[in-house]
Amino acid sequence: MNNLLMQSQQKVGIVGYGAYIPRYRLPGTEISRVWTNGLGGSPVKEKAVAGLDEDVATMSIEAARNAVKRAQIDVSQLRAVWVGSESHPYAVKPTSTIVAESIGATPHIQAADWEFACKAGTEAVQASIGLIGSGMGKYTLSIGMDTAQGRPGDALEYTAASGGAAFLLGTAEESVAVYQGSYSYVTDTPDFWRRAEEPYPSHGDRFTGEPAYFHHTLSSASKLMELMGTSPEDYTYAVFHQPNVKFPSRAAKMLGFTPEQIQTGLLANDIGNVYSGSCMIGLTAVLDIAQPGDRILMCSYGSGAGSDAFDLVVTENIEKKRNLAPSTRTYIDRKTTIDYATYARYRGKLKD
Amino acid sequence: MNNTAIIGIGMIPVGEHWDKSLRQLAYDAAAKALEDAGNPDIDAIYIGNAYASTFNKQTHLGSLIADYLGFNGLEAYTVESADASGGAAIRTAHMAVASGAVKTALVIGVEKATDIVGGSRTKARTISLDADYETPHGATLTSMAALLMKRYMHEYDLDISAFERFSVNAHSNGKRNAYAMYRNTLREGAFSKAPMVSEPVSLFDSAPDGDGAAAVVITSAKLAPDMVAQPVNIVASSAATDKFMLQERDNLLELSAIRKSVDAALAQAKLTRDAIDLFEVHDAYTILSALTLEAAGYAQTGQGWQLAKSGSINIDGQIPISTFGGLKSRGNPAGASGVYQAVEATLQLRNAAGDNQVANTRIAMIQSVGGLASSAFTHILRI
Repeated sequence: MNNLLMQSQQKVGIVGYGAYIPRYRLPGTEISRVWTNGLGGSPVKEKAVAGLDEDVATMSIEAARNAVKRAQIDVSQLRAVWVGSESHPYAVKPTSTIVAESIGATPHIQAADWEFACKAGTEAVQASIGLIGSGMGKYTLSIGMDTAQGRPGDALEYTAASGGAAFLLGTAEESVAVYQGSYSYVTDTPDFWRRAEEPYPSHGDRFTGEPAYFHHTLSSASKLMELMGTSPEDYTYAVFHQPNVKFPSRAAKMLGFTPEQIQTGLLANDIGNVYSGSCMIGLTAVLDIAQPGDRILMCSYGSGAGSDAFDLVVTENIEKKRNLAPSTRTYIDRKTTIDYATYARYRGKLKD
Repeated sequence: MNNTAIIGIGMIPVGEHWDKSLRQLAYDAAAKALEDAGNPDIDAIYIGNAYASTFNKQTHLGSLIADYLGFNGLEAYTVESADASGGAAIRTAHMAVASGAVKTALVIGVEKATDIVGGSRTKARTISLDADYETPHGATLTSMAALLMKRYMHEYDLDISAFERFSVNAHSNGKRNAYAMYRNTLREGAFSKAPMVSEPVSLFDSAPDGDGAAAVVITSAKLAPDMVAQPVNIVASSAATDKFMLQERDNLLELSAIRKSVDAALAQAKLTRDAIDLFEVHDAYTILSALTLEAAGYAQTGQGWQLAKSGSINIDGQIPISTFGGLKSRGNPAGASGVYQAVEATLQLRNAAGDNQVANTRIAMIQSVGGLASSAFTHILRI
């Protein structure tokens, strides 16, 4: 039987979740001031920028700790720590081992780094559902985190941001939200890439839209709803990968979702595009306010290209878990605005 | 010179045809034009293309496309004059047929722009500027248009709002054209807020690059009535050039190639300006539309923008321009744009322009322009 819908034998859910956004913000107007004399527009209001002492490892640890706080489990029961990113600090040497060790989850653990452009994090979630759903382990930690790179002056510089989220997955009974089913859609579509040893990615400009983001996002979301027998009105919330504000808003509209369904999880205007963490941190913002019984559609997009779609239902556990760690909104509101020069220093844009 | 006639037209929507190659775009338009002409025998193929050498790393399009179309063996070559390549290819076909050297010719304007993106495409387009004296200093077509626009605004004490109605008119017409790249209405106030591309040229002053192909079949005016029901005669064809670089022109705001080619075309056709029912201009930038209307004698110096403001360029105005959206809304597939103009003008003259029809059209002028009007090709079509 060609079963396109991915469902685990035993139900799996999110036992704990955690967001992390660095405090620095670079406004789009500041980038525009430097590169267009202030005459160009910006696709987002501002973007989050990692500080001098932050990278994907430190930020993943922050998010992981928040997820563990909410999960309230003994971390020695974690069987996997997986970090999805396109800005791992090392080309060879796992980020995940640093994270696992830092939260005290080593050594009886599986650890690996994932890469699939902006959907590396949700790939790790799909794998976690399989690991727990098959009974191989009780808990896993899947993280999507990035300090995204944008070439100075390039369109991407307005949005390429830092941040992400961690999801500690376990059995349905302990979960704040339970996966009903998931689906992945992948083709070989070269819309955005960064070759080895290149500091900045290349992209196909408008090609990144219609045949890339929209085709894959719409395909995975609509196929999952078809397989689940659902329609947009069955969901309280929908969260999409958000490289800017326009793309997820348009994708949602094309699928038949209302602005009210997506506004809670649409954070790009405040923090930019946090790549592997993009829709994952959007989901944390939704879980921060969701009520038991709320149904959520979450849909990632990774260039190259593919999209993972998930159908979740919130449980009563949410009430007692969500206040155990800082809300995503707390991180968004905790901010220090910086100018382009400071940004250039923090992100290593100045070379000798 | 003997008259020739357009007996077949074809085009594909201008846009981002990521799934089609240069040769396939050409094929799609050519097949339609040949079918429209009743599939006559073809003796020569002239390709209008400006940037395949840099966009697609491909030259020698004549043989390439003839082969792909199944016309292996025919005379076929590219005619190039930057963004005026389409107009230049039509003129080449017209001269070949009028001279009797070729009985029936197929003209295909084709451009495949979206294989390269962003700054790379901007750079690839600068191949039509002066490689010794302009591009090494960072000049692009848009930055040169910006110099013209800035000068115009300075000389006549205008702000950018003077150019708004050119784009409003183009989009108003383009939204009714199924082949147009951007079929959106330009909302009130949107023009003044558009992001700058090269100050003062904004996104809404400049035509978008697009993939496209258009084709016309040209034969002698004598044979045409026996071949199709509504041949459209080419009653004038002219070409002119100007000083290649803006910096060498005596008067930046006088586009002499446009003036010369329009004057020559009107003289050939023995027509006055007032006899022209519509004028498809090369509106790659709003400033070119304003300066074209002045150089062509439809407005006094410094007054071209007034024709837009007063609505004279609208589809029901005295001198309608960009009747299917022009380069601005239909899109600018560079070397194909001049052939799109011919296809659109033919539809108008056949009274087959649908919602874009200019009432009682008998005579249309089309003008294909290269660079910042360093070259201009003007044709007058009549039914």
